[in-house]
Order: sequence, then structure tokens, then C-alpha cells
Amino acid sequence: MEYFIQQLANGLTLGSIYGLVAIGYTMVYGIIGMINFAHGDIFMLGGFAALIAFLILTTFFAGIPVALALLLMLVIAMLMTGLWNWTIERIAYRPLRGSFRLAPLITAIGMSIVLSNFIQVTQGPRNKPIPPLVTDVYHIGNITISLKQILIVVITSILLFAFWYIVNKTPLGRAQRATEQDRKMAALLGVDVDRTISITFVMGAALAAVAGTMYLMYYGVAGFNDGFIPGVKAFTAAVLGGIGSLPGAVLGGLLIGLIESLWSAYFSIAYKDVATFAILAIVLIFKPTGILGRPEVEKV
Amino acid sequence: MANVSVNVQEDVMAKAVKEGAIAGIIAFLMFLVFVGIETYQDINNQLVWRTRWGLLAVFVIVAAVGRFITVGFIKPHLDKRKLAKAKTGVLEISEEKSFFHKHFLKIALVFLLCYPFLAMMIFGRQGSLKYVDNFGIQILIYVMLAWGLNIVVGLAGLLDLGYVAFYAVGAYSYALLSSYFGFSFWLLLPMAGILAALWGVILGFPVLRLRGDYLAIVTLAFGEIIRLVLINWTDVTRGTFGVSGIAKASFFGIWSFDVGAANNFNKAWGLPSSSVYYKMFLFYIILALCMLTAYVTIRLRRMPIGRAWEALREDEIACRSLGINTVTTKLTAFATGAMFGGFAGSFFAARQGFVSPESFVFLESAVILAIVVLGGMGSLTGIAIAAVVMVGGTELLREMEFLKHIFGPDFTPELYRMLLFGLAMVIVMLFKPRGFVGTREPTAFLKTRKAVSGSFTKEGHG
Repeated sequence: MEYFIQQLANGLTLGSIYGLVAIGYTMVYGIIGMINFAHGDIFMLGGFAALIAFLILTTFFAGIPVALALLLMLVIAMLMTGLWNWTIERIAYRPLRGSFRLAPLITAIGMSIVLSNFIQVTQGPRNKPIPPLVTDVYHIGNITISLKQILIVVITSILLFAFWYIVNKTPLGRAQRATEQDRKMAALLGVDVDRTISITFVMGAALAAVAGTMYLMYYGVAGFNDGFIPGVKAFTAAVLGGIGSLPGAVLGGLLIGLIESLWSAYFSIAYKDVATFAILAIVLIFKPTGILGRPEVEKV
Repeated sequence: MANVSVNVQEDVMAKAVKEGAIAGIIAFLMFLVFVGIETYQDINNQLVWRTRWGLLAVFVIVAAVGRFITVGFIKPHLDKRKLAKAKTGVLEISEEKSFFHKHFLKIALVFLLCYPFLAMMIFGRQGSLKYVDNFGIQILIYVMLAWGLNIVVGLAGLLDLGYVAFYAVGAYSYALLSSYFGFSFWLLLPMAGILAALWGVILGFPVLRLRGDYLAIVTLAFGEIIRLVLINWTDVTRGTFGVSGIAKASFFGIWSFDVGAANNFNKAWGLPSSSVYYKMFLFYIILALCMLTAYVTIRLRRMPIGRAWEALREDEIACRSLGINTVTTKLTAFATGAMFGGFAGSFFAARQGFVSPESFVFLESAVILAIVVLGGMGSLTGIAIAAVVMVGGTELLREMEFLKHIFGPDFTPELYRMLLFGLAMVIVMLFKPRGFVGTREPTAFLKTRKAVSGSFTKEGHG
């Protein structure tokens, strides 16, 4: 039982990270109907920005409190990835908005290749380790929960609430929802569609950056290749929860995280990714709209 | 009047300067962290950093100047040309084609048939090895894969991001069956194709209800599952170590290319011992396989099933309303595409003599899909051109030894191979969203051809 709860805690931590990345996928898919393939690499980029920020901070301000350092890392990573995703959307996706369906997908795959290879070329192919930032652990009976796990879950919850508020209660969120429902009509009614889409990309990237920073904090390494597998898993989470739905993305992320850690714990660690992908396939075959998704209406 | 045009000119310049400056600032902010600062491990394995302001400056200047030139010169030029074209009213389709254009296919085929001999004449026996193997065979493998995927994506309109799985199935069926049972290449080539087609049906069946992007992501998942199984099923596949020592293909069982064999090809024909003859033989095999793929594709497009594929691509609902069985139509497309992937895979295993899961990563699927889309979906010629440009271009980077003299001995062009490949994907897509050969040839037309090409219609509205 204790082992199970331990795994549950690990799964929730991992799931929070996937959920944050999944929100970016789900928002972009919801608003322009495109799989942003480069989103996983934006997540990786966020991790690298946080890593570099950490190195600079520790050189110039040696005795900086951990909380402040973490906050600054988060802010820098969010700003950097937001800018990158904004530029990518501007250069690679916006000109192709009226084009056929596959065109933006191909540029997104191209951008994903560019981003991971750009980091490989500029920062080197080796994995970069950093010293552990948060080392506190708490023992409850035989269960060990580390402070970083608590931090990850708490930060995810706060961000989720902030996001839910933005999308549901602010004028910006209203514009986003309007654009999602009918882009042409929204434009006619005075919504600046291009700006709304840009902001959506920036918001998604900022969340991915938070996830990237936490991933760095949790595992202690960053590598140029770290974007692909978490990216695919986060997309799986978005689809599992029902693409286009924010709570669905988080729910999907948590489920994927739980499945992964429980599978590793009870079956085999080697086949944990196979389990994740198999679940994706099964869900899509039997319930293509996901858990919280709306059924897609076929328009003629 | 003249005054007005001068004003316009000045406006354009002012705009170009402004946009260039903005691009420079954005580039500075973007690259500040990732290019301006380099992280590396010192002797104690500690992660440390140093600055690279010079490199950062280069990036910023390139971005600013590039944006300035685009806005100031290239864009007005393009607009002017477009305007002129619209005025004359000449459509590309009605223009007289040149001799080269008309006979392109015949010329290309003759060139390909002579290619290994030409390479040998020009570069000598050992020198031609690189050109026949790295360029010729490598590009033709991708041509074949892309033509195979074209059946699924280009003709049937099913987006498949896991095509490399069938390539892997083909490669591993040859590698494993030949090393465990000693079957020959010529027996296993069709068998690999059939096995891959079978997998196509198995994987295709459950995903038929899905459309578009969902299908893409499920096929991606299947591709990853197959790769992960290949890695983890170590008893059979030897995991990440891969299967090595795979038998070479023989000359239809008559002569062998193994050096020690009694019926060695080189000895039988009195040729000096060199691997180049084997490579030339392989070149002709893959060329024949490519031709087979092209022939089957062209013939199938004329048959009811091919037309059903294309109808499915254009409008699935209309297709169903007209009584086309979408399940079998999709399954045959999946299976046919997979079969050619399997052929290419078994050829790959025979050529390489070694297969490992490393060769079947998602990136390969992406590269093949990129070739199909960049070539112009459905156009065989366009896809072949795209394969030559993208694969040949990246192979060419390996040969750029002279760059070492410019950038110093530490410069390795291979590192930039995939970076440039990705950039090329984005840039080609931006300027030619319909691919190199962007007109979709209709398979059925009325008595006279109307001057409305595919580029004037939207997908699903043609």
C-alpha cells in the first residue's frame, strides 16, 4: 500500500509536468486546428533557458536564496520561450494559415528539427547536469515525498487556476474562445484574430517553459533531445483528455503520469512508453473525442 | 506622377529600415541566452559558462540585414512581378514547354541507367564508390520510401507519421529470417513486402475510424511502439546492438558477392576484386524497385481502386455517399504503401549488412513525409526531385571539406546537416506550399483540358 502511494505521488508529479505541456498543445489545436509539433522542443528550450539562467545567477549572486533563484529562472524561461514561440508562429505558421492542412504541420515538424539541432549546435550534444536545487524530503510513515514534488504540484495548480481564470473570465479569454469557435465571425465582430492567436502561442510557450524548468529541477539534467518524448506524451495527454479542453489536458496529463509510474513500478520499466502509446491508440479508437472532449460535428 | 513613385520608394525604404531594426532587436533577445552564452563542462565535470558576443553579433546582423533586404527589395520585386503576370493574363499551364521539360522523364531514366558507369569513368573504381553508394543508392532508397508513402498520403490523403515502422518491419524481417533460417534475399524480398503489408492492415484496421490529425498521431504512436519493441525484445532482435552480419544479396543465386565464395561475381567475370561492383548491382536493384513502385502507382491511379483513393482524399463524405467502401479503400492504401516500405526495408538491410533500431526513429518518418509534401503530394516527378534536393543536399554537406579551411579544423559540417534540413523544410513550405511540382494532375478529364489547374482550387473544393 505504501509503495502504491509512493508511486502515486511520483505519478502525480510527472503528470503535472505533462499536463502543463499538454495545455499548450490543446490551446493551439483548439484555436487553429494544428498540431504544434515544435511544442515539445519549446519545452526543451524552456529547460535550457532555466539552466543558463541558473548558471548566471549562481555566478553573480553566489548566496542567492533558492526560492528567488527559482522564481527568476521561471521568469527568464517564460520570457525566452514566449518570444521564441511568438517568432516561430509569425515566421512559420502565420503565412500558411490559409494554405492546405498539411502545410503548417510540415513547417512545425521542420521547426521541431531546427530547434533541437540549434540547441545541439550551440550548446553541445552532451546532457547538462546541474546540482540539485531543492533537496528537502519529508517522511510520512514509509512514504518519502520531496519538497520539489510538492513544489511542482503546487505551481501547476496555481498556474492552472490562473489560466482557467484568463480563459473564462477576461476579455482576452473571450477573444480566444470566439476565435476558436469561428475565426471569420470573430474577426467581423472586431476581435483581432492574429493578435489573439499570437498571444495563445505565447501563453502555451510560457506554460511549457514552466514545465521545462520543473523537469530540469526534478531530474537535474537538460539535453537537446529531451523535447521529443515528453512532447509526444503531452500530446497524448491532450488527446486523452479531449483536445481543445483545458481541464481535459490536465486530467490527461495526470493520467499519463500515473499510468507511466504505476506501469514502471508493477510491470516493466522498459515498456512504459509502449504502455503510454498503446493507451493513446486504444482511447482514440474507442473514444476519439477523449474523456472531456466535445463530439466533433461533421460539416459538409 | 514621378513624384508619387519616389515617395513610394522612400516609404518602402523607411519601412525596410524599421522592420530590419525590429528584427535585429528580436534576434538579439532570442539568441542572447542560447547563442550569447555557451555552457560546457570543465575538467571537474562542473557546468560553467562563457560568453560568445561575436557569434551573437553575427546572428543579429544576419537577421536585421536579411529582414531589411526582404522588405526593401525582394518583396516589392515579387509584388511587381505578380502584378505584371496578372496583367498579361498568361497562365502557366498554357505556356509552351521546352524540349527538356517535355522529355524530362526519358532523359532522367537514361541518365540513371548510365549513372554508375559514368561515375566509374569519371572518378575511377574506388572514387566512384562514394557517388554510387552515398548518393545514388541513398537517394533512391528515399525516392522509393517517399513514393510508397505517397500512395498513403498523396493519393489516399491519410496522414501517416509512422511510415518508418513498415520500413523497420521489412528490414528486420530480412535481417532476422536470413540470419536465423538462412533464406536468400530474393526469397525474402517479396516476403518482407508481404509481412509489411500485413502489418499495414493490422495497424490500419483499428485506426480507420479516425481522420486527419488523430490518424497522424496514432500512426506516430504505432511507429514508436514498433521501435520500442525492437529495442526491448532483446532475445530476438538483440536490442540496441542490432543485427549484424546480414547476408548480402546474390546475383539471382547464380553468382555471389561474398569474397570467399567459389562462385564470386568478380572472379567469374575476371574483374578486379572491389566492392564497387556489388554497389553497382545494388544500385540497379533499388532502381528497379523504384521503377516498380512508380509503375504500380501510375497503373493503380488508372484503376477503380486508385480513383477511389483520390476521391477519398478529396471528400470522404461524398465518397461514402457514392457507395465506395471506405474501409477497404483505406486498408488497401495502407497495405500497398506499407508493402513498398517493406521492400525498401529489406533492401536497406541487405545493403547495410547491419540493422539497429537507431535507423528507424521518428525523424526518418518526418524526413520521408517532408519529401512527399515538398515534392508536391501525388506528383512522382516532384517527389523524386525533392528527394534528390533534400537527401542529396544533406549528403553533400558531408563532402564540404573545404569549409574546414574557412571556419577552422574544429568545424564539422555534419553537425549542421539536420539543422539545415529543418530550415529547408520550413523555407520551401513557405515559398511553395504546394511543393516543387504543385499542380495536381487530374486522372480523369473531359474532352478538352480547361485551363484551371489544381493550384487555383482549395483542397476539398476542387
